[in-house]
Amino acid sequence: MFELTALELSTAISSKQIGVEEALSAYFKSIETEDGKYNSFLSLSKEAALTKAREIQKRIDAGERISPLAGVPIAIKDNISTKDIETTCASKALSGYVPVYNATVVDKLEEAGMIVVGKLNMDEFAMGGSSETGYMGPVRNPWDSYRVAGGSSGGSAAAIAAGMVPLALGTDTGGSIRQPCSFCGTTGIKPTYGAVSRYGLIAYASSLDQIGPMGKNLEDCATLLSIISGPDEKDGTCIIEKPFEFEQSDSNSLDGMIIGIPKNYYEGGIDNSVKTSVLAAARKLEEAGARLEEFEMPLMEYMIPTYYVIACAEASSNLSRFDGLKYGHYTSDSDELSDFYRNSRSEGFGMEIKRRIMLGSFVLSSGYYDAYYKKALQARRLIKDAYDSLFQRYDMIISPVAPTTAYKIGENIDDPLKMYMGDIYTVSINLAGLPAVSLPCGFDENKLPIGFQLIGKAFSEPTLVKAGKTYQLINN
Amino acid sequence: MSNTTFETVIGLEIHAELSTRSKIFCGCSNSFGAMPNTNVCPICSGMPGALPMLNRTVLEYAIRAGLALNCEIADRTVFDRKNYFYPDLPKAYQISQLYSPICTNGFMEIETNDYIKTIGIREIHMEEDAGKLIHDIANDSTLMDFNRCGVPLLEIVTNPDFNSSDEVIAFLEILRETLLYLDICDCKMEEGSLRVDVNLSMHLHGSELGTRTEMKNLNSFKAISRAIEFESARQQKILMAGGVVTQETRRWNDNIGISVAMRSKENAQDYRYFPEPDLLPIFIDEHWLEEIKTSQPELAHEKRIRYIDSYAISPNDAAILTTHMNISILFEALSSQSGEPIESARLIIGEILRLLSQSGTQADDLSIDVSKLSTLIDYVLSGKINRNVYKEAIEAVFTSDVDPVSYIEDKGLMMLDDYSTCQEAAKVVIANNPDAASDYLSGKDKAFGFLVGQTMQLLKGKGNPELVRKALEEELLLH
Amino acid sequence: MSKPVEIDDKLLSYLEDLSLLRLSDEEKPRIVKDLGEIINYINKLSELDTENIPQCSHPFDNVNAFRSDEAQESYERELILKNAANENGEMFIAPKTVDTQ
Repeated sequence: MFELTALELSTAISSKQIGVEEALSAYFKSIETEDGKYNSFLSLSKEAALTKAREIQKRIDAGERISPLAGVPIAIKDNISTKDIETTCASKALSGYVPVYNATVVDKLEEAGMIVVGKLNMDEFAMGGSSETGYMGPVRNPWDSYRVAGGSSGGSAAAIAAGMVPLALGTDTGGSIRQPCSFCGTTGIKPTYGAVSRYGLIAYASSLDQIGPMGKNLEDCATLLSIISGPDEKDGTCIIEKPFEFEQSDSNSLDGMIIGIPKNYYEGGIDNSVKTSVLAAARKLEEAGARLEEFEMPLMEYMIPTYYVIACAEASSNLSRFDGLKYGHYTSDSDELSDFYRNSRSEGFGMEIKRRIMLGSFVLSSGYYDAYYKKALQARRLIKDAYDSLFQRYDMIISPVAPTTAYKIGENIDDPLKMYMGDIYTVSINLAGLPAVSLPCGFDENKLPIGFQLIGKAFSEPTLVKAGKTYQLINN
Repeated sequence: MSNTTFETVIGLEIHAELSTRSKIFCGCSNSFGAMPNTNVCPICSGMPGALPMLNRTVLEYAIRAGLALNCEIADRTVFDRKNYFYPDLPKAYQISQLYSPICTNGFMEIETNDYIKTIGIREIHMEEDAGKLIHDIANDSTLMDFNRCGVPLLEIVTNPDFNSSDEVIAFLEILRETLLYLDICDCKMEEGSLRVDVNLSMHLHGSELGTRTEMKNLNSFKAISRAIEFESARQQKILMAGGVVTQETRRWNDNIGISVAMRSKENAQDYRYFPEPDLLPIFIDEHWLEEIKTSQPELAHEKRIRYIDSYAISPNDAAILTTHMNISILFEALSSQSGEPIESARLIIGEILRLLSQSGTQADDLSIDVSKLSTLIDYVLSGKINRNVYKEAIEAVFTSDVDPVSYIEDKGLMMLDDYSTCQEAAKVVIANNPDAASDYLSGKDKAFGFLVGQTMQLLKGKGNPELVRKALEEELLLH
Repeated sequence: MSKPVEIDDKLLSYLEDLSLLRLSDEEKPRIVKDLGEIINYINKLSELDTENIPQCSHPFDNVNAFRSDEAQESYERELILKNAANENGEMFIAPKTVDTQ
């Protein structure tokens, strides 16, 4: 059963080959036996899930067609609010916090009859690319448990790769869905900014964050995206007009499509195996009818600085509310407000969070605002404009997701700048608000998965999904 | 004025709570006085993951205020975050506007005793209010109530154009009147729905501006006036002695009539404003702006002109009738129902305002049946009742909402329109006062007045004077 | 254009204040080194010519989204206070403020 895709499982459920509860119990069993090795789950919601499974089974038995993924188990990254289920962002600062409301996406999953099994480990507050910084310890890569699963949605990718759950929700602020997919050999979609409601997503960087699906293949992910996307009256930045609809297409032809290859992405600083695999994937797309064209990606050296200035600035403000008074960890070591604040926060946040909050405070502080924050907003405009003009010419761009495959746990943890460099191919997509799909395309010499991404213009998910599905079909 | 050398320079920062139904960024009720933390949801209490959604009416009210204060309305406006830690601010940032406020560059004319002056409005911006803290002295702790978090505010910032407390009060009176007529703020200073902070500095005339202080906790116009006088004197004393004024925030204590410097918070000034990423920039649609312009309520000064021009009301009365919106509403309703604007004005100014002040009722709380007043106007102008009965009946309507017609009938206050009754009375009076009758007949006109008085007395004052005169004249001739 | 920024004790303590953090003695040298390196790296931005380039604070800004002014039911107070460190059934309780208004 763990080999089944989400849609195959859903078909098996609706055709009564397997019961919802039976499937769910099998997944729970797998989590209980396997996850000790990977540490991908932070909490399980077994009782509520079983109750829900029985309810869904009844409705299916009564002939109700709830959704294409009804009865399918799903796990949720721990920065997405789940009513009555502890939601910690893998941070001590939020330990014990039980939301009193659901994120909009969680409501949508429940309406679609999906079963939430638990919450997934991640980098603390989604700030990182290795899922090592959570206060419950690092996520381990199912392909090699001495290596990282990538991040920040490392728990989501590892849980899927280990067969503990067929689908998961991740979030992507600077590559946090795509890079763990690449490291764990799973598939994911970073939707256009404003395609999926952020209501209930505990913000890292509000103008960059998006929730997206992660799974075994693009068809599953697209189906999940059609469920979670759509406007939301609680999120004014969710500007999509209606949920995505992904047409079933019998044609595997990409005739007429022009795919850009940013050739400077393949020079220096990239593992040879990654380069070879991604370019081979491009050739597969060419065989399916697409035309490949090389170009020089502008502004490459400014992408990471721009991203870190903006993301940390927003984070420093977003994380200010965690003061110990209203929710989460609080110090037992103060009876005076100012000390209570400082101690609660300093005890609750890990090192990377402190670094980013202080960097964010710095770039926003008087005297430095213009040189850093304002400058970054202008650079962001240039990057966005550059993409706009590229997409006048190209239907999509093919790019590596990360310059390397999964590295060893602890290898980069004390060198933040080196860690940040791993985001070179992903952050500009978030700065420009664009969609991208991340797909596996091979293995390196250590049998570690490699991924690539297809990037498109805003709200071009259907085109990206068509191309990506074609790739996955001809590659199987 | 004692300060011949020093000039006072004042600018105002005014916070007006908007009287919308719901809060600025969530659907919680915007009502005053609820039980603590009962008008609260994940959004206004800053729970992780909650997002703001702008209440469109807040934007509309901001535009209305901007238009009334002659501001330029931005075609694109953006919210910013103002970051600081305080327990009354659950998100640890206030959503406000710094870089692109909705209204800028306006002005308002004020009139003091002998001159007219223009006060510049630097900007008007939208923001959310903070919660309420209660210092629990017994337990040495602070209690936090988030009901007020997210109540919509307009912050109105003037240029430092004022030179005296009189000018400040004149401005605030017009501003309050404007906000009330726009019906966007109830302006109850005692409930904090209108809050005024005063920035004041002193300088020698012609020299550059001095160091300013900011004064808070000013809960009435009177307190503002006193605080300005106090602060001017305090600063002048310092400057005269060759000292330096410290830039600080001071808290006015109206009970003892002094202000005290508040301890300045460390780093209080570095708010790290940046564009609020959770709210997209707002584009003001031209059609919508046009709609708002055309549906702008008539403001007090516009009403005054109309009353003078089309109702022939005196400028003085027009001013009185527009000091409070409720009064002008009553006046307009009564004029249109009775068709008698001048008598309506007389009734309101002469009677209603007197009754309000006698009973200690606020004009805000005035509620009176217009059609009952209209009936009384009709009665008095057509001679069915006399002025004394009219006044008595108005008071009865004001205090007990009586039906004026049955009130007058039950008490027998209606004028007697029956000629034969007057005739009978005249006969009796002439019979009882033969001397006066002969005096009259011998040419002593004064005697007639006496006889009229006697007849009216007999009729208990309800005789129609015309009919009484006529009856007496006829009876005397027959005598 | 931008000068190298040195994270001296004064700046460090200022950033701690703005961030409302208190770094331990072990953390301080690490943060100073890391922030120094990161700031040095993001100084790259100063090489970019951004004259007359408008700022981009939101990826998309061509859509207005509003709520209509309708009051809805608020949350049960019990839920609002549920995760509080300290509350009395009606209000959150914060420790005393030495630095009072």
